Amino acid sequence: MTSLWPRIEPILAKVQKPARYIGCEDGALEPVHAPHKVAWLLVYPDAYEIGLPNQGLQILYEILNERPDAVAERSYAPWTDMEAELRSRGVPLFSVDTHRAAGDFDLIAFNLSAELVYTNVLNCIDLAGVPVRAVDRGPEHPLIAAGGHCTFNPEPLADFVDLFVIGDGEEAVSDITEALAQWKAGGRTAGSRQRVLRDLARVPGVYVPSMYDVAYDGERLVSVTPRFADVPERVEKRTIADLNEWPYPKNQLVPLTEVVHDRLNVEIFRGCTRGCRFCQAGMITRPVRERSSEQVRSMVSSGLRRTGYDEVSLTSLSSADYSGIEDVVGGIINDPMCQGSVGVSLPSLRVDAYTVGIATEIAKVRRTGLTFAPEGGTWRMRQVINKLIREEDLYGAAESAFSQGWQRMKLYFLIGLPTETDEDVLGIAELARRCAAIGRKHSGRVTVSASVGGFVPKPQTPFQWFGQATAPNLRAKVNLLKDAVRRDRGVTLKWHDPQATLAEGLASRGDRRMGAVIEDVWRNGGVFQEWSEHFDIRLWEAAMERHGLSIDSYVHRHRTEDEVLPWDHISAGLHKDFLWQDWQDALAAAGVEDCRWTPCYDCGACTGFGIEHVVASPVPPAGGSQGTGQDLSAGGSVPVQLLATKPALIT
Amino acid sequence: MKVRFRFAKLGKVRFTSHRDLARMWERAFRRVALPLAYTQGFSPRPRVSFGLALPTGAESVAEYLDVELAPGTSADVGALPGRLSPVLPTGIDVLAAAALDVGAVSLQHEVTSCSWLVETSGLSPDELQERVAAALAAGTLVIDRERKGRRSAQDVRPGILACDVDGTTLSAELATQPRALRPSELLVALGGGLEEVRVRRTSQWMQRDGARQEPIRLPSDATGAPHVVRRAS
Repeated sequence: MTSLWPRIEPILAKVQKPARYIGCEDGALEPVHAPHKVAWLLVYPDAYEIGLPNQGLQILYEILNERPDAVAERSYAPWTDMEAELRSRGVPLFSVDTHRAAGDFDLIAFNLSAELVYTNVLNCIDLAGVPVRAVDRGPEHPLIAAGGHCTFNPEPLADFVDLFVIGDGEEAVSDITEALAQWKAGGRTAGSRQRVLRDLARVPGVYVPSMYDVAYDGERLVSVTPRFADVPERVEKRTIADLNEWPYPKNQLVPLTEVVHDRLNVEIFRGCTRGCRFCQAGMITRPVRERSSEQVRSMVSSGLRRTGYDEVSLTSLSSADYSGIEDVVGGIINDPMCQGSVGVSLPSLRVDAYTVGIATEIAKVRRTGLTFAPEGGTWRMRQVINKLIREEDLYGAAESAFSQGWQRMKLYFLIGLPTETDEDVLGIAELARRCAAIGRKHSGRVTVSASVGGFVPKPQTPFQWFGQATAPNLRAKVNLLKDAVRRDRGVTLKWHDPQATLAEGLASRGDRRMGAVIEDVWRNGGVFQEWSEHFDIRLWEAAMERHGLSIDSYVHRHRTEDEVLPWDHISAGLHKDFLWQDWQDALAAAGVEDCRWTPCYDCGACTGFGIEHVVASPVPPAGGSQGTGQDLSAGGSVPVQLLATKPALIT
Repeated sequence: MKVRFRFAKLGKVRFTSHRDLARMWERAFRRVALPLAYTQGFSPRPRVSFGLALPTGAESVAEYLDVELAPGTSADVGALPGRLSPVLPTGIDVLAAAALDVGAVSLQHEVTSCSWLVETSGLSPDELQERVAAALAAGTLVIDRERKGRRSAQDVRPGILACDVDGTTLSAELATQPRALRPSELLVALGGGLEEVRVRRTSQWMQRDGARQEPIRLPSDATGAPHVVRRAS
């Protein structure tokens, strides 16, 4: 139970970026372990620079360490050079806070934000000295837990993870700690592992896969049923009702070395009701729960003062929708404490001129590029996916941005969407081209980049029944776009590897049989699969073949209405018939409005939990382009010339 | 107003890079609300200069940083170390600060040599003693050096200004001009079989009026003070 630091220190001179492994961040804790304290190791199964900023992990780190009966430390997937050194010297996975062996913790809990990290989860369990399969573990081993968005289909990892937490973790971690404290007090005797897992299976929001039997009929999944009467048939997600009761992280970690999102992050609301049908995050985090503007302001100002950061990101799934966003942004920028030099960033900008107005307010301080996500190339496509951005919204945003001196505009799109035609794909090029043309009226140096990603249908969304596009099909669409923009000045095209999209599809909607494939890929050296330098589709294809599973059936097949889906026993609160109806509406290219300000569709998220959307303002934000009474049947296109002659259109 | 700081980098934080260190300092200045002068241009940068980069993984009790405060800003220079040390990571301690003439020569140009303590492994004290004696007696010591991806054979003997042995620890003064000789290169020059265990820069030296002196002289006991040599890990 001592620090491994003396054994780690000599390795650090031999690996890239040794600061990944030292901890020492501002805000880091060195908790004191004790027999009566449940020890959690929170692991982000990707490189330190990706995992450190994760807010979910930091929130739980603080909540657990505030408890008198718990300690929590952190770990990240060691990069391949570090892994080789650790294995050759017999040093296990360790925490970065006190450099304690992972096997010394009571619980190792993984954050699952992306499916391609699954093989890293297995690697970390193995590096911890714990058998990778749950069934092989004994009383001496820590429990293996997982939380995060990917747990809304836990089945691909069901063989490796003892318990999953579905939904918000703030309250669930306390319930789990209390159950584990008893287990620990009882001495973790033989057989006690099964008993504590049985207890945990009754905790709301906790799913213990070993307590369920799975039945198949040939290729088809028939049922996932509890083995005991006291184990729930369906696990409902946890939802915290009031974000204001959870002002975390209070001491955001400030890393000593370069990481992504290296700035202060303040979550301004959770949940989203725009209803974009491809978006798993928007579906599984309902209802909307806003943080009060007073709390946002105080978290921003205390955070900036404590960290020394000069940039704050107001995070959510659609930050411009926050009630009173202008006041909050203005308050930060004009705060004398900020010395007029604090940048504010709003991820997931809505596409309209109004939003650009806010962005420009922010840019009085510092001007970065603007990013928008129209996702679909034509109005028809955007109705299918329910991302109801009109072309005039986008061109208005472009006009507004470029006229106010912005030089770079980034546009995100998906390809391989349901009902997509070549016309829809070419629409992407058309939008980018027109935005660039608007920009050229203001500056010769304007660039517009269109980033296209292959669409992966996700569980618990209306598109969960959709058969994903094949890699050759996605490649053909990319080629179509490459040809279309070849001659366009100021337009650049970026795309994701269609083969990585395929692997993500396997991991996203797989059932429990996919576990053997993930283990196979890992055993054959497939780690860091979300990194292009390590990704190898052949590992996945070979593993599928070895286990007699069909890629076509798991990825490209359209599911039927009566089919049992692998995640049907996990509930995000959404009624399956609501999702099916929304899927049918999608196929009919019919959009739906944002339910924050319009009547309820009874998706189930609010009623099921007895809570409602917590929105500070009863009226939608000014200039909103969805749910504000606009005529959704008229998307239409506005020729760019019209914008040039009628600037009054642009506010 | 320009200020020169001397600081230590000890313990775990020594595994951060030179660039990481620059960001730590920028955040520290913002935390104590000490505004810095910024460069002009599209993306302004604070006017700070670190002098000779310390290799990642090496410790030091003799790092320097020159900063230019924002126009119109004045500060009690003597109080700055006490204000800044608490807002810097554990292991970074500000040892001293001094006001600098606006026209002062940059550290990079003025520093001519550095003193290092290099704990080694791989050779016995006697073997190490012999290697050092042989190296110092040699007229030339040609090693393969790499710079900006290009390798070339160079004589590094003129860069070894002094080298003593105490057990398996070397105490060496290495020239920084025309090109800085690194402790790792000293080990190569001493022949194979030597590995760095721990490296610490103890002084940077400049020539002024014919005498060797440090950019900021510390009170004689400062570098020996317990809080300075305390291992942060």
